[in-house]
Amino acid sequence: MLQIEDLHATIAGKAILKGLSLAVNSGEIHAIMGPNGAGKSTLGYVLGGRPGYEVTGGSVTFDGQDLLALEPHERAAAGLFLGFQYPVEIPGVSNVQFLREALNAQRKARGEEPLSGGEFLKLAREKAALLRMDMDMLKRPVNVGFSGGEKKRAEMVQMGILDPRFAVLDETDSGLDIDALRIVGEGINAIMRHPGKGVLLITHYQRLLDYVKPDFVHVLAGGRIVRTGGPELALELEERGYEAVA
Amino acid sequence: MSGESSVKDQAARDAAARVADYEHGWSADIEQEFAPKGLNEDTVRFISAKKNEPEWMLDWRLKAFRLWLTMTPPDWAKLNVPAIDYQDAYYYAAPKAKKVLGSLDEVDPEILRIYEKLGIPLEEQKVLAGVEGARKVAVDAVFDSVSVATTFREELKRAGVVFLSISEAIREYPDMVRKWLGKVVPVRDNYFAALNCAVFSDGTFVYIPEGVRCPMELSTYFRINAENTGQFERTLIVADKGSYVSYLEGCTAPQRDENQLHAAVVELVALDDAEIKYSTVQNWYPGDAQGKGGIYNFVTKRALCQGARSKVSWTQVETGSAITWKYPSCVLNGEDSVGEFYSVAVTNNYQQADTGTKMIHNGARTRSTIVSKGISAGKSNNTYRGLVRVGANAEGVRNFTQCDSLLLGKECGAHTVPYIEVRNPSAQIEHEATTSKISDDQLFYAMQRGLAQEEAVALIVNGFAKEVLQQLPMEFAVEAQKLLGISLEGSVG
Repeated sequence: MLQIEDLHATIAGKAILKGLSLAVNSGEIHAIMGPNGAGKSTLGYVLGGRPGYEVTGGSVTFDGQDLLALEPHERAAAGLFLGFQYPVEIPGVSNVQFLREALNAQRKARGEEPLSGGEFLKLAREKAALLRMDMDMLKRPVNVGFSGGEKKRAEMVQMGILDPRFAVLDETDSGLDIDALRIVGEGINAIMRHPGKGVLLITHYQRLLDYVKPDFVHVLAGGRIVRTGGPELALELEERGYEAVA
Repeated sequence: MSGESSVKDQAARDAAARVADYEHGWSADIEQEFAPKGLNEDTVRFISAKKNEPEWMLDWRLKAFRLWLTMTPPDWAKLNVPAIDYQDAYYYAAPKAKKVLGSLDEVDPEILRIYEKLGIPLEEQKVLAGVEGARKVAVDAVFDSVSVATTFREELKRAGVVFLSISEAIREYPDMVRKWLGKVVPVRDNYFAALNCAVFSDGTFVYIPEGVRCPMELSTYFRINAENTGQFERTLIVADKGSYVSYLEGCTAPQRDENQLHAAVVELVALDDAEIKYSTVQNWYPGDAQGKGGIYNFVTKRALCQGARSKVSWTQVETGSAITWKYPSCVLNGEDSVGEFYSVAVTNNYQQADTGTKMIHNGARTRSTIVSKGISAGKSNNTYRGLVRVGANAEGVRNFTQCDSLLLGKECGAHTVPYIEVRNPSAQIEHEATTSKISDDQLFYAMQRGLAQEEAVALIVNGFAKEVLQQLPMEFAVEAQKLLGISLEGSVG
């Protein structure tokens, strides 16, 4: 469903991605691991369409559609969700308001009817419960005053509500304690492990993969995929480090 | 109805006859619906006669006019005001330059697009755009039927609330008008207020009797005889002891007006334990993206919290006008009286706004709260200017001021000019100020979740302005939120 071919990207003229190729079929979960500065977050931003990240070569197709030709909000409506490594604060805007507007904007773009306030709250309650998050948190401004772990959990509630077909999760495990890691892992499974969906998990560590078992593990280094394997590759990386493996 | 209007016509004829007797009276043709261009004593006399005003009112206007001649426009605001030729304007019922339209198809598509975004029903759009024959239909659409409007009036009457045009009030409640008119904003207060005193065309008068809680939000929108109050509007609201009223002014729909200069005066009086909540949404034509055209809005708004424990709360959402010069203020004379000012001012393109408030603490234990949110985009300039003054005899005064500025883009300006004058050491004064920008992080985050760039900007800006918007009555707040987004279209990217 997601086809990345020979992708090159720069930030402020500096080449970060240098010929990255990757294919994710529906129903699959892929993990991307790699050392700092390898280009993992850049990959997420390029897929999301963040301004400032310039694609200088290659292609990305999402269900046969040229993803790179779409605006960020069009990519979202097409079913792409980016879980942020550092979720952003929006003062004065409650999570409920933010997500309802976002969801209804996506639905409108897809030609679907908007959800009413009541329908939306029911959905939000359900997804908050899945991530064991108190509804009161969702009534507070987006990420304002949230701890690192709460922000990551809130990202997953957002994912649950928006119900994307493809999720790129950028270090969703960082900042989580052991209990929260399990809750988030189970949440990802509940929301995204589905024959029609796909996931790209960007992570430094094996531990999230204990809960969200990947079908494939890739090592990203120097702006490209240098090795691909099964779940056992993550264990090997954990044991021997990137340099030895990649 | 026709009987009533023929009586009015007769009164106007009589007034015209009197005008003709005046020494300087030009031979006013009473059939004429407007005074000729220009401003002199005869213009003032003509207006007064047209309004069938009593002698004292005419004298008051003439004194104001003579005073105005000796005054100069204020030059302390951070505004670049082009010279205004006061002789090159109409002061009474200017002929409508707006042509009558046959249908909505003839309306500027840009305006229709904004109506659509605001969610204004089709029939109301016709009224706003000036489509021929739309008036009655729209009244029906707005009120369901004319009888509903009548019901409103009857309900107010039962409560004893007086809600009239100021011209009617001058004739029907002369003592009350005379007692308070110009007592909150003196004739000599400033150049534009003096001008308003001389030539105000119409406006609103409200009186809430002792102990009455006004049964509905009052809005000129509902006072169906309030069309075309013109560029020199005059409002006087008196809340008697223990009464309460919420008053809405303005309209979120964009309105064009051929009169470039607007100089309104609003006076509020709150007696013991009375409360007035005054909400404004101002969306006059701001000029085009190149800074051509647009309304100059020089408004004087002031409240007298005369009674003990009285309270006045100003809430304003200012998005329109090329130039805004406006400082809704509270004179807190009564002990334990409370003044509040909540403001959102948006400037885009070449708009200029210099707006804020004055809280004058004369009474003991008076309290005030100021929350100002300035949003600047394009090449605009947005200034908060506020005064907090504590008199020597005012013990135990408290004030809290918060001024936040949000910048969109690199070419706009935000300025904060607080004046604090404290003559009593027991006062507690707090002032907080922040300046921030909409970050690329916030924009991308909101867009990644599905919002188009302009929707994302609108959402973030509404979050920034939330403390003020939530002070507005519910229906107004929803429209105001949409309006903020529309005002900032094209300001990012």
